[in-house]
Amino acid sequence: MLPAIQTDQLTKDFRVGFWRPRPYRALDGLTLDVQPGEVFGFLGPNGAGKTTTLKLLMQLIYPTGGRAFILGRPVGDLDVRRRIGYLPENPYFYDYLTAEELLTYFAGLFGLSGEERRQRVSTLLDEVGLGAERRLQLRKFSKGMVQRVGIAQALVNRPELLFLDEPMSGLDPLGRRDIRALILRLRDQGTTIFFSSHILSDAETLCSRVAVLAGGRLAAAGRLSEMVAYDLRGWELVVSGLDAERLRPFASRATRITTIDATRSTLELPKDAPVSALVSELTAAGAAIVSLNPLHATLEEFFVQKVQAAGSAREGAIQDTRRSSRRTGGGA
Amino acid sequence: MSLRTVARVAAAVFRESVRDRVLYSIVAFAALVTGASLLISQLTAGQDVKIIKDLGLAAMSLFGAFIAIFIGIGLVAKEVEKKSVYSLLAKPVRRSELVIGKYAGLVLTLAINLAVMTLVWYGVLAYYAFTAEELVRKSWEAPALDPRMLQAVYLIFVQLMLVTAIAVFFSTFSTSSMLSALFTIGFFIAGQFSADLRNFESVVSSPVVALITRALYYVLPNMAAFDLKAAVVHGRPVAGLELAAATGYGLLYVAALLLASIVIFTRRDFK
Repeated sequence: MLPAIQTDQLTKDFRVGFWRPRPYRALDGLTLDVQPGEVFGFLGPNGAGKTTTLKLLMQLIYPTGGRAFILGRPVGDLDVRRRIGYLPENPYFYDYLTAEELLTYFAGLFGLSGEERRQRVSTLLDEVGLGAERRLQLRKFSKGMVQRVGIAQALVNRPELLFLDEPMSGLDPLGRRDIRALILRLRDQGTTIFFSSHILSDAETLCSRVAVLAGGRLAAAGRLSEMVAYDLRGWELVVSGLDAERLRPFASRATRITTIDATRSTLELPKDAPVSALVSELTAAGAAIVSLNPLHATLEEFFVQKVQAAGSAREGAIQDTRRSSRRTGGGA
Repeated sequence: MSLRTVARVAAAVFRESVRDRVLYSIVAFAALVTGASLLISQLTAGQDVKIIKDLGLAAMSLFGAFIAIFIGIGLVAKEVEKKSVYSLLAKPVRRSELVIGKYAGLVLTLAINLAVMTLVWYGVLAYYAFTAEELVRKSWEAPALDPRMLQAVYLIFVQLMLVTAIAVFFSTFSTSSMLSALFTIGFFIAGQFSADLRNFESVVSSPVVALITRALYYVLPNMAAFDLKAAVVHGRPVAGLELAAATGYGLLYVAALLLASIVIFTRRDFK
């Protein structure tokens, strides 16, 4: 099956500085593919190159190097744009149009006929929770409401592939919950979703696969379960019925024992601990098992680790470049 | 290029700009022309109609240019600055269709704005035509409701088409709408004095300066070519050829600017 999105060594340099413009590499050789039907999280700290990638895919900017394909066609192909939706980061629309007019305008650009347009716009406004504000001019909208309009306009053509740049930005907890539910609903209907975020909990609840971008480079990509389970840190065992005194014989086998209250305690066990044997011994000693959970590295820890590694690699690369340019007599 | 897409973009621009500042300009124009006419009616008989004609045409040109520049800049520069262009360009819209659609939408807005201003202006003049005494009416150089004045309005429209094209052109590459507005205003004002540049070379001795002023004369739009105020106010006939030449000049200039705008806009990175 053709990937929904495919990039091959995608690179973008911007020129920065007014008097002596010099290139700044915002994206460095990104090679990635997203399969149809996936919810793909594109993660990275601010300035990692997430928005640059999305802009390259939308052909809002042109690549310095590499190639990108959407639904098997080169980016920028007009027929492809009929089949995709895009929510830009911090979207902004026309002040003097109402939400309904804006969506009707955009629906018209996809060639939807009059009645079809009216129905689609009405359904969408209800779906994003703006049914009551449909006739309000957009300049009167709050940030969260504009974000909802942004999501609605990205869905106006029932896209097969949806690009969302920081979709939760500007939304309150209720709004975030609504958008999460919407994304999952769209996924169930078969829509491929590619979304960028620096909010990891969103990725954890929504994505099947993620890519972590740092300093313009791909730091990691893969299934979330593989990435996070990769680092099993240990086990957390909660028991009741044994006081601190009766737990003492087990202390040497736990990394830490914490007393929760008079009867309950938490035992943190190393990842190679013989968990089943220990559970049997504790039960035999009169304890009741409340819970047993594996301790994974959280996505956040994984993310920080990858980003820091990429940061130091990039720093090293910059230092190398400086050293070599000093040797050759070039500017830094 | 899809005409349907261009029409849809133009319709959205029209709707947005009508709600934005255009209505204010019409109200301001009506207030100015009727207010001024009340004051002028106190002046010497025979001069009042001439002054209202002059004032009306000057105000139409100025208010029109105001809309053309400020909304014209907003069409592209503000759209890029505020990033509303991002959502639009992810739709099946070519960048060329966006430029032409935006331009067409504003030209339509200007046409309707100018038509309403003309109606207000003719309304005030009609009041004079019907209330003036026979003797006063005879002293007028041209009738108050002279249809030939529409020739002047028509050329103001061509001029506004040109000003809009300049605004669109500057806003396709400038990163700030303020800069685009300054460039366009500069071009508009310099264009008013373009004819003087031609005479400038006869009074300077340096061949380099002469060459530069000649080049500027050809590059800058000659706004005086669209000014028929003096002729129509005094009831002098305007040759059809003069109208055709000014129209041709204006449209050619517009076409060149739009072409350049499309080329620049199509290659542009939206950072």
